[in-house]
Amino acid sequence: PGNMKLILIFSALIGASLCLETFVGHQVLRIKTKNEEEVKQLQLLESLEHLELDFWINPSAPALPVDVRIPAVSVQSVKAFLESQGIEYSILIEDLQDVLDKEKQDMAESAQRQRSSSFDFGAYHTLDDINKELDHLASEYSFVEKIQIGESYEKRPLYVLKFSTGGSNRPAIWLDAGIHSREWVTQASALWIANKIASDYGTDASITSLLDKMDLFLLPVANPDGFVYTHTSNRMWRKTRSKIPGSICVGVDPNRNWDAGFGGPGASNKPCSDSYHGPSANSEVEVKSVVDFIKNHGNFKAFLTLHSYSQLLMYPYGYKCTRPDDFAELESLGRAAANSIRSLYGTTFQVGTICKTIYQASGGSIDWSYDNGIKYSFAFELRDTGRYGFLLPANQIIPAAKETWLGLKKIMEHVRDKSS
Amino acid sequence: DIDDVGHKYYLELELEDVLDRGRSVSCTAEVLYHLGSTTSAPDVQVTVQGELRSTEEADKEFYNRIRSLEKELVAENIPDSHGNVPPELEPIHLLAWVASGYVIWQNSTENTKFHLAQVKHVKQVKRSDEDLQFDYVVLLHEMVSQEVLPWQVTVLWHPQRGARVSQ
Repeated sequence: PGNMKLILIFSALIGASLCLETFVGHQVLRIKTKNEEEVKQLQLLESLEHLELDFWINPSAPALPVDVRIPAVSVQSVKAFLESQGIEYSILIEDLQDVLDKEKQDMAESAQRQRSSSFDFGAYHTLDDINKELDHLASEYSFVEKIQIGESYEKRPLYVLKFSTGGSNRPAIWLDAGIHSREWVTQASALWIANKIASDYGTDASITSLLDKMDLFLLPVANPDGFVYTHTSNRMWRKTRSKIPGSICVGVDPNRNWDAGFGGPGASNKPCSDSYHGPSANSEVEVKSVVDFIKNHGNFKAFLTLHSYSQLLMYPYGYKCTRPDDFAELESLGRAAANSIRSLYGTTFQVGTICKTIYQASGGSIDWSYDNGIKYSFAFELRDTGRYGFLLPANQIIPAAKETWLGLKKIMEHVRDKSS
Repeated sequence: DIDDVGHKYYLELELEDVLDRGRSVSCTAEVLYHLGSTTSAPDVQVTVQGELRSTEEADKEFYNRIRSLEKELVAENIPDSHGNVPPELEPIHLLAWVASGYVIWQNSTENTKFHLAQVKHVKQVKRSDEDLQFDYVVLLHEMVSQEVLPWQVTVLWHPQRGARVSQ
């Protein structure tokens, strides 16, 4: 039948171009024979060439179904014949031309998407190119919108993609990447994930039901100043690029700057340190913009953030080494997500609280979100475990994005089910 | 815990050959971190249970290639920003791993976790004896502090004598 369809489409296209043949009104029947006698009847039918019957599965043995395409003019008479002989049948395709038309449309739409999507998700890009792709996604999909939630220290816009199929302030999921600018696989993965969600809405049952109930907000480059700096000057730059009064050193670790155990163990008070927490909580505009946005929205149910490297899947707390109240649920969900990740390429992620899994670290984003009522707060550390570290080869971007997506999806599905 | 001495760790490890995936060798190790000392490196004893693959051919080929260079080899940013390593620089990269291992060992405590982040710069220095000499600047990433710091390290290498860090 697969090949049959191909041949049919081919002939239809040739026919269309030669104005010869269409399949309007043609029906495909599935005939269930009960015995040899009935098989013989069908073979008789097969021999009547003037009917121009096209058997997709020829009559051979009683146990096997017989599929046949019948031209419009013969449909009634063939059905009458079958009924008079007591031969059972069902209608597989009511009107073959409808099916062909739909398929042609689908193929055209797909080709159109192929042509216009020239963005290489398997390569690293500059900030400008990433922003162009965000514009492209927003223009291509009606339910995707690019919004600006603030500006960086050096006045670069902080762009968020809003995925929303309707409603008013639906329960929402937050996802960010690149808060530490040298972690290039995260911004790259966020782009792939954005495209994946947008293009799979309507065809993938899980994504469709998710976006039909909830909104998704994705910030692919949470630290644009740092990101540009990794391109122009220092590939290993981690922090923001804010000037620190009284110091020749620049930048604050944006994941030590949140108002959660701020200034506690696991962050440095030295401006030149890569884990400098900053002069005060939310001193960094990149952090404050997200905090304000989430507070004003008021209906976030999940806060997910991407980092690299180490292959870890963590939940609160980092600023203290005690378990969160929702430990059991978060641990269980984390394990399920890690199993999903592993199912694709065998990549193993360790699961646990930040403090137990990586180190005590204060002022972190998911601790803030959790303590502010967003239960499903998770931080991912993506590939690898140190062989390439921050310099993950570009050919691993898509595999990393794909496996990470499975983990995120697992969490999002759970959040969706719990939010309805 | 060993009173007045420090903390001793007993490890069972699996060594995987990066150039020959699927091939692994078991090892055991004992690591002793000295009490209170931040200036002396931990004591390490390793026993390899099994055989490591012979690299004689590749070693000889690399040695001869470098010896026959007219100009001394100079390179930087290995891997580059996008994670690429040109094939002919792969042995230089691997040697940097070895050199980094030495630096990491010398600077490790129970509260550090180092990885080689990148070879910032490497320069070959021609010698009158049979060793190859490479002066590296490597960037080491320390996980707990998140610092990425440059270290200078000079390595001598010879196919039979192996790698030695001088300095």
